[in-house]
Amino acid sequence: MPAPSAIARPHCPARAGNLPLLLLAAGLLLFAASLLDAAWRGNDSALAGSRALVGELGLTDLALFTEARYTRHLSQADRHTAFQDHPLALDHFPSGSLVPPPARLRQP
Amino acid sequence: MSHFVRRQRYLIDFTVASLARRKGKNLGLLGVYTLIVFLLASVMLFTQALRQEAGLLLENAPEVVVQRMVAGRHDLIPADYLERMGRIRGVAAQYGRLWGYFYDPAVQANYTLLVPRDRDINNGEMIVGHGIARTRGLGTGDFISFRASSGTTFSFRVAEVLAADAELVSADLLLVNEADFRAFFGIAEGLYTDLALEVRNPQEVRKVAEKLTVLLPDTRPILREEILRTYDALFQWRQGIVFVLLAGSLLAFVIFAWDKASGLSAEERREIGILKAIGWETADVIRMKFWEGALVSLGAFLLGYLAAYIHVFFFDAALFAPVLKGWAVLYPQFRPQPFIDGLQVATLFFFTVFPYTVATVVPIWRAATTDPDAVMR
Repeated sequence: MPAPSAIARPHCPARAGNLPLLLLAAGLLLFAASLLDAAWRGNDSALAGSRALVGELGLTDLALFTEARYTRHLSQADRHTAFQDHPLALDHFPSGSLVPPPARLRQP
Repeated sequence: MSHFVRRQRYLIDFTVASLARRKGKNLGLLGVYTLIVFLLASVMLFTQALRQEAGLLLENAPEVVVQRMVAGRHDLIPADYLERMGRIRGVAAQYGRLWGYFYDPAVQANYTLLVPRDRDINNGEMIVGHGIARTRGLGTGDFISFRASSGTTFSFRVAEVLAADAELVSADLLLVNEADFRAFFGIAEGLYTDLALEVRNPQEVRKVAEKLTVLLPDTRPILREEILRTYDALFQWRQGIVFVLLAGSLLAFVIFAWDKASGLSAEERREIGILKAIGWETADVIRMKFWEGALVSLGAFLLGYLAAYIHVFFFDAALFAPVLKGWAVLYPQFRPQPFIDGLQVATLFFFTVFPYTVATVVPIWRAATTDPDAVMR
């Protein structure tokens, strides 16, 4: 009977799972760090200047879509009026087509 | 306990070695999987951040805005409506607002001209938003000329540029005094663009709005809560549209992942047969495959989510911004604040990690419960 040391051991990379497990642990740590970062930076103090300006000037909308009056001031636009610019004028701004229909139309 | 952990470690070692034998295929899967999570997480994080930011900013918007409607369109409102409105009980303050749009052919962009209530601006001067200053290359002391509705040219001196960090609400703003505004647009005294009012008791806002529509039937009140709802719905809608656009690639991935995870190759079948023949229990085989699914899907989730977080909150969502923000010449430059909705992240985790892991385990369970001899044949 051969000595135990003489038995040919099949090739199996020693602790092949170490690296992936370490990487997963690092990923989990970074995931937790992202949540902490969001809790740390994601507060309204960074928006204080903008909030004060909204209050001071009485602004009603974000300057996200400045291409047309009904997309610049979404909340003020008469969105339910068809053909905003002239009769048969179809909406040609991409933002307009990405704006949802009025809430009452979406109710079942 | 340590026995259990050791056992799982050995299973993970075996799984990783087994995955490494088909390195190209599995790395490809991980890459596509990560990309899908990255796309979904980017859209989710960006819209959530914008929605939260819009809600926080617009909390300070006027409580009620009253517009006059003529033939179904927004029209100038006479100042005497202010006095008529004041008779409604519960109204604490009311004032007229002057604002309008100006199309600048030089840069083919629309500006919003506005008269501030509490800011003194000299005649012939204006305060410009940072977006306009950037687009037109303006600084304090520079002059800018516009052609007014009467055909005459008005020259304004830039007195101040609004702060860059407020660009999300002020990119296209031009603030002028009342006299300049009226002269520029040819709006007579006694007319306003719309009226704003403050209500003493927030719970009475709806009641006041109802009374307004009775007292002034040609007006339309817009409540702050409606403004907030508009933006909430807007970003949800846009997020939905982007998800619909992504649906094709998502389905392609689902088919690919399902095929990869649930369809066992002959080689994998043989591997299971050999494992069972050398004494592995069915439960061990299933555990091994569970780790395979979990390692791949968890790895893809973490990689995709972290890449999305960096993309959105450190690189301003450069890939998606044009779709989600809209299409405009005057584009506000802003960095979204990292607001995260835990429930959304949990939903993303559930829908990306869970199905793949299950899809890996189920067919293995079927193969592993059959006779090794039959499986190997």
